[in-house]
Amino acid sequence: METDDLIRLESITKIYGTGDAMVAALRDFSLTVASGESLAVMGPSGSGKSTLMNILGCLDTPSSGRYWFAGQDVSRLNETELAHVRNRRIGFVFQQFQLLSKLSAWRNVELPLLYRSVGDRRRLALQALEQVGLSDRINHRPGQLSGGQQQRVAIARALVTDPGLILADEPTGNLDTASSRDVLAVLRELNEQGRTIIIITHDPEVAPVAKRTVHVRDGQLVDQVAA
Amino acid sequence: MSLLHTIETGLRSLLGHRLRSVLTTLGILFGVAAVIATVGIGQASSDSVTARITSLGTNLLTISAGSTVTSGVFGGAGSATTLSMADVAGLQDRQSAPDIVAVAPVSQGRLSLVSASSNWSTTVSGSTEGWLVTNTRTINSGTFINANDVATRAQVIVLGSTTAANLGAGVGDIVMVRQIPFQVIGVLAASGGQGFGNPDDLGVVPITTAQDELFGGSGSVQRILLSATSASTIGSAYLEANQILLQTHHIQDPSQADFTITTQTQVLSTAQAVTQTLTILLASVAAISLLVGGIGVMNIMLVSVTERTSEIGLRKALGATPVDLFRQFVIEAAMLTAVGGLLGVGTGLAVGYVVPRAANIAVTITPLPVLVAVGVAVAVGLVFGVYPALRAARLAPIEALRAQ
Repeated sequence: METDDLIRLESITKIYGTGDAMVAALRDFSLTVASGESLAVMGPSGSGKSTLMNILGCLDTPSSGRYWFAGQDVSRLNETELAHVRNRRIGFVFQQFQLLSKLSAWRNVELPLLYRSVGDRRRLALQALEQVGLSDRINHRPGQLSGGQQQRVAIARALVTDPGLILADEPTGNLDTASSRDVLAVLRELNEQGRTIIIITHDPEVAPVAKRTVHVRDGQLVDQVAA
Repeated sequence: MSLLHTIETGLRSLLGHRLRSVLTTLGILFGVAAVIATVGIGQASSDSVTARITSLGTNLLTISAGSTVTSGVFGGAGSATTLSMADVAGLQDRQSAPDIVAVAPVSQGRLSLVSASSNWSTTVSGSTEGWLVTNTRTINSGTFINANDVATRAQVIVLGSTTAANLGAGVGDIVMVRQIPFQVIGVLAASGGQGFGNPDDLGVVPITTAQDELFGGSGSVQRILLSATSASTIGSAYLEANQILLQTHHIQDPSQADFTITTQTQVLSTAQAVTQTLTILLASVAAISLLVGGIGVMNIMLVSVTERTSEIGLRKALGATPVDLFRQFVIEAAMLTAVGGLLGVGTGLAVGYVVPRAANIAVTITPLPVLVAVGVAVAVGLVFGVYPALRAARLAPIEALRAQ
């Protein structure tokens, strides 16, 4: 890799629909995120920040433009190749937690490891749970955990593959203030340990956790504010 | 994802919806069990028909009167010169029929027999002493009808063992047939048959007595039974009989023959064809229920994919490839049908064990239909699992994640 950039979006445009129903969710969007950085992406609903999150997370491909992730052009990969990138390099934290209710905490954390050949999945899962402070809840099912604890399990699941990027989509959107503080503290700690973190949010309280904040409006970058 | 984990995940999902999985499995279970049981019953009845026909002896030929066919128009029953005692005499000529060892004319009908203590309805045949040889039967007590009985129109009857038992009659007793007294002169040895057409339920009287007193029809007979000297001479016996009858009936063109000669081999293959057709028919009905079971599997898998849309989205986000998800759902479907198939084999075998004891219907289970039924069940699962699995594999991860 020539630069220290983990992420480089070059003139990304994402168009949904055809003809009259055509909507450009992102227009000529460029953004660079350095390795080890923490970034908050803010914007009202409909601004295109969800589309941005999907493209950053390799869940979707841009209509035009290029996306360099860790020196690799991922904007033209097929579905299987994208799945491999997500599995090996990206950890997701969702607003709805997205835990499987029938699995215990550690079985949930183990999930991404099932899609690659890793031995010793239990040990890795327990390590990740320890990092989020849930060593005493490994056999609990999501239903037996509080919202904040569930989101910490989800963060452990994002961590377990040791990814280059943790992508959190409204991570506190479903949490009360105390739980939010907990979850944000964990994310900040992870960033201090050197992990690149991108938080997508519309909540101004959340943004200060990141060292840099960008605003998205009408599918375009509005300004960049260094915290 | 490793196969082991795919199976583990599948099991967990199936056990998570226990009732649904059991009901789906039942569809396959009954399909497989039905195939095994019906093919088993068909096989058994085919075996029993074959055994009964071969027990009659493979060197038996049967001549039946047939209607004349002139320019494609059936003359109808009665238009043909029926078989007569003259034909019987001709066939008994050792000079022109050296390969025929015994001849027996038969005229039969269903009649009521009345003994001192009971009455019983059965098939009464008028015949001659050749009946015993051509039917490969033996006498248990008393004697069989002889040439003298035929010549004198004797009012004597020989009973099958079942008939004798039901009438409570033995040798020397009098049995009334159409108000005419017949003396029982013999009882046949049991031939051990069972089911409908019991070969031990019959009566035999001299053909002449039968024609005059019981059925009428002065000198005509319904069938003539022939025994060839051995199974290997059956071909030449056939030709000799054919030649003699064409001559006595004054028929020049063999295609205009007013009689039909059938051998046991022909009867056997016809009977086997009939039972085989019945077996195929029954098995087809059973196979349709297997197909319905397969559609049930597809239905449940589609429900499962829809219910688990967000789980599918999550797994995709976490790195599951389309192939991983395809495999996941196909294997779940295959597990449902494999379990249903195996339980179906168990049920089918249980039916094969219980039915013969409870309902006196023989069931013969051979490995082939069992293997085919299980193979088809698993194939059904795979085929009907493919479409739901493709749906799962093709889901876009973002949309799937958004579904709640």
